[in-house]
Amino acid sequence: MRYIEPHAHMVSRVTDDYEAMRLAGCAAICEPAFWAGFDRSSADGFYDYFCQLTDYEPKRAAKFGLPHFSWLCINPKESEDMGLAREVIALIPEFLKRDNVLGIGEIGLNKNTRNELKILEEHVDLAVRHGQLILVHTPHLEDKFKGTRLILDLLKADSRVEPGRVIIDHVEEHTVDMVLDAGFWAGITLYPESKATPARAIDMVEQAGMRNIWLNCACDWGRSEPLAVPRTALEMTRRGHSPEAVDHLVYGNPLRFLSQSPRFRLS
Amino acid sequence: MTRQQVLDLYFMDARCKLIELAAFLDRVDRSEGEADFRFAALQNALSALASDQPGRARSVLMALSDPTEQPLNAAPGKGACGAWPGPPE
Repeated sequence: MRYIEPHAHMVSRVTDDYEAMRLAGCAAICEPAFWAGFDRSSADGFYDYFCQLTDYEPKRAAKFGLPHFSWLCINPKESEDMGLAREVIALIPEFLKRDNVLGIGEIGLNKNTRNELKILEEHVDLAVRHGQLILVHTPHLEDKFKGTRLILDLLKADSRVEPGRVIIDHVEEHTVDMVLDAGFWAGITLYPESKATPARAIDMVEQAGMRNIWLNCACDWGRSEPLAVPRTALEMTRRGHSPEAVDHLVYGNPLRFLSQSPRFRLS
Repeated sequence: MTRQQVLDLYFMDARCKLIELAAFLDRVDRSEGEADFRFAALQNALSALASDQPGRARSVLMALSDPTEQPLNAAPGKGACGAWPGPPE
């Protein structure tokens, strides 16, 4: 089996996870910028983080034959501080020149505030002006439904945004249809306690179709499973899905979306 | 999959989770003090499980979600707790 892990926070994981993912058939890893679990005290902290994402982490992955790509932004958990957020956004164009950066992400909302929306709007503007793909984080738990609606409203209001170049991540049963119906890609995140389990993810795919959906593990410093995508592929096999269908979902779909960036090339 | 195949594959898992939920409700009953909005939201969501209509997962998620449409003026914190506490005071 082969698969692409399109969303994993590898800076929070041990090196053994790279080896395990490679052994499980991983062909590439994409790492969006996110919250470190604490608020950084200055834009300098983000500068170092962007260097880590675009320089150090690809070298760590390469030791196991894994291509590593990244997405850059200030995450919504820290974008309530608009002054800091704008300092960080100003850093990003310099890093967009690096040949392993795929786009802007994971941007989005956390608690659905006006400041978060404003910074999301500025990130989207940055992405569009620089011709970048967009990866959107939808809020957690009770905030997801409202936040997903606000995000869709914002994206649809910007006529420059091409829905086929935007993936809206962490969809669940109450948000997947509104994302796909609006023409965007949908990401299903596989977590042990929140977001989706392998069984629920496959339920959603079976009902919504797998045309513009990818699966990801979003493994980070919290409870998460770096091998969640191949485990879900196994679950699909247990349900009787063909090897071709599994490959389409876990390899073909992320390949199709990510290849819209000329930088995403697998040797 | 046929209905029989679904049951063969997932019945034991669903049974386990159902008993865990029942035991949790018993545990809450045995404990002292007042429950908060999370327990009320959970009880509300339980009614969706008893429905004979499809879309139960969506209904449970909606029962635990913020139904409002306007953005907040300020974040009340960073985290989410799994149930909507109602509008900020």
